[in-house]
Amino acid sequence: MTKIQILKAGILTTIQDFGRIGYQQYGIPTSGGMDLYSLELANLLVGNQATEGALEFTMMPPSIAFHGEVDFAVTGGDFQPLLNNHPITMYQTQRAYRGDILSFKGLKSGCRGYLAVAGGFDIPIIMGSKSTYLRGAFGGLEGKRLKDGDLLQLNKPTEKPIINRIPHNMIPDYTVTNRTIRVVMGPEDDTFTPEGKEVFLHSQYQLTNQADRMGLRFDGPKVSHTKAADIVSGGINLGAIQVPGEGKPIIMMADHQTTGGYTKIANVISVDIPYLAQLKPGDSISFKEVSIEEAQELLAMQRSKIDGLKNQEDNTSNRKNLFIKSYNINVNGRIYKVDVEELKG
Amino acid sequence: MTEYSLSFKPSGDNGILITFGEEISVETHNRIRSFMAFFEDHKEEYQIIEMIPAYTTILMIYDPLKINYKELCLKLQKVEGKYKDISKAPREVIQIPVVYGGSYGPDLESVASHNNLTVEEIIKIHTGGRYLIYMMGFTPGFPYLGGMSEKIATPRLTVPREKIIAGSVGIAGSQTGIYPIDSPGGWQIIGRTPLQLFNPLREEVTLFKAGQYLSFYSISEEDFIRISKEVLENTYKVQKTTFKEVEDHD
Repeated sequence: MTKIQILKAGILTTIQDFGRIGYQQYGIPTSGGMDLYSLELANLLVGNQATEGALEFTMMPPSIAFHGEVDFAVTGGDFQPLLNNHPITMYQTQRAYRGDILSFKGLKSGCRGYLAVAGGFDIPIIMGSKSTYLRGAFGGLEGKRLKDGDLLQLNKPTEKPIINRIPHNMIPDYTVTNRTIRVVMGPEDDTFTPEGKEVFLHSQYQLTNQADRMGLRFDGPKVSHTKAADIVSGGINLGAIQVPGEGKPIIMMADHQTTGGYTKIANVISVDIPYLAQLKPGDSISFKEVSIEEAQELLAMQRSKIDGLKNQEDNTSNRKNLFIKSYNINVNGRIYKVDVEELKG
Repeated sequence: MTEYSLSFKPSGDNGILITFGEEISVETHNRIRSFMAFFEDHKEEYQIIEMIPAYTTILMIYDPLKINYKELCLKLQKVEGKYKDISKAPREVIQIPVVYGGSYGPDLESVASHNNLTVEEIIKIHTGGRYLIYMMGFTPGFPYLGGMSEKIATPRLTVPREKIIAGSVGIAGSQTGIYPIDSPGGWQIIGRTPLQLFNPLREEVTLFKAGQYLSFYSISEEDFIRISKEVLENTYKVQKTTFKEVEDHD
């Protein structure tokens, strides 16, 4: 199968999938995409399993050369993708041909972008996952961030995409820079004073520069503990909001340590974690408490919407060959976007 | 087995923190192990994705699309008393070869002088213990050990080192431990083992799991070099013994 080559890697471009499941009891973080929603949509657009590995790039986008014909899709934060220097639409299946170059004008909104290619990357699966874990130096391409010149071998695609574009109402809005993040309180919310909890739920917190795949450290009004900020070390979930003694929240992200000894006031709900992944230093958030029932219902609704995309295909199985492609056509220096519906055989 | 009450707290919308007790103890640890052993065989029935056991808690990650929080709590309450007490089952003791002192253990002498002991006495006490792995965490393959003698307890370095080599054996307060990967740290380093605690390419990626015991034995630098080579060539066989818990061993 064909290859892609990283021409410019950006500052932090890694291969991530849905992460390593089952190894946290040995101290091994799950890793995986920071914004799994965008990663999944990208995969669906190219006919991959939802959990396949994709490129995750951060703040500074890569540029990539295609060595052969392959479908791809770009999702996540808006880096303004260009194919051979012409703008292409995100959240839509695109096709590249030998010699095509994917680049990006630059970051417009969000913080992390995803590029899925049909078939996925042909790299070793370590502990059930292709995800790169930089601190442990394993996964992805030899445990490292991608660098200029890296070649990535692709697998042969097995399925046609179930859908070629994501409906507008399912494309997340990453332009908001003072978002409300919903949380389920606990498990150690009883180690905080009532005032501390009030402050936590009614203040704005600004993302500091200490923000990486492991965690996001915020600045803002101090959340006070009743006694100590330390507890007997225990397991940490994704999205846990730790508050150490200084009273500033730290949200645990994809590469977080499996165990820790700081009190956790609350946990970000699953459907809001992708929004955290798209925050840049300086962006603000505030926290809103929701019930666990509401959080689980929101997750179920999101899942049924994604599954709905797949069912659309089932309902129209007689139109299985319908395939919409977008072309950018350059006529006298003006670029026209043309959608073509192919009806094969 | 005795009835205990467990407490449940949500840890996000897909996690449940089960607390087995407030204090770190062998009894609590044994209950956690028994509980873990039961669920290893019943993961699917309870829609469990994975479990992270710790000193006094288990964080259970479940699939909220298949079971909701309340249903899971109800099901978990009924589990109590159902699972078998495995605390009396034979335990593995993994033998850890260590070169003590010299460049392998630059802090051995200060640990000795801090405790008014000789270097030989520190090694004797450290190799004389049997250390329970209460939990794993912090970094891949790191064991949280209990059971070190207070006679050799030493505070952490005031200025942490930027890089501690994988395999370094150290003391921090009344804890002993081994660094699985090169990392910064403030432990007093007394020696180094040639064993690999973590290797992502090995079938068993970590050398240890919670519930096992470790004991250390002193080796020469020549042994260290030989074992290192065997470890790299994948020919070294880790030595394990078993023992049966009869009475309090701490």
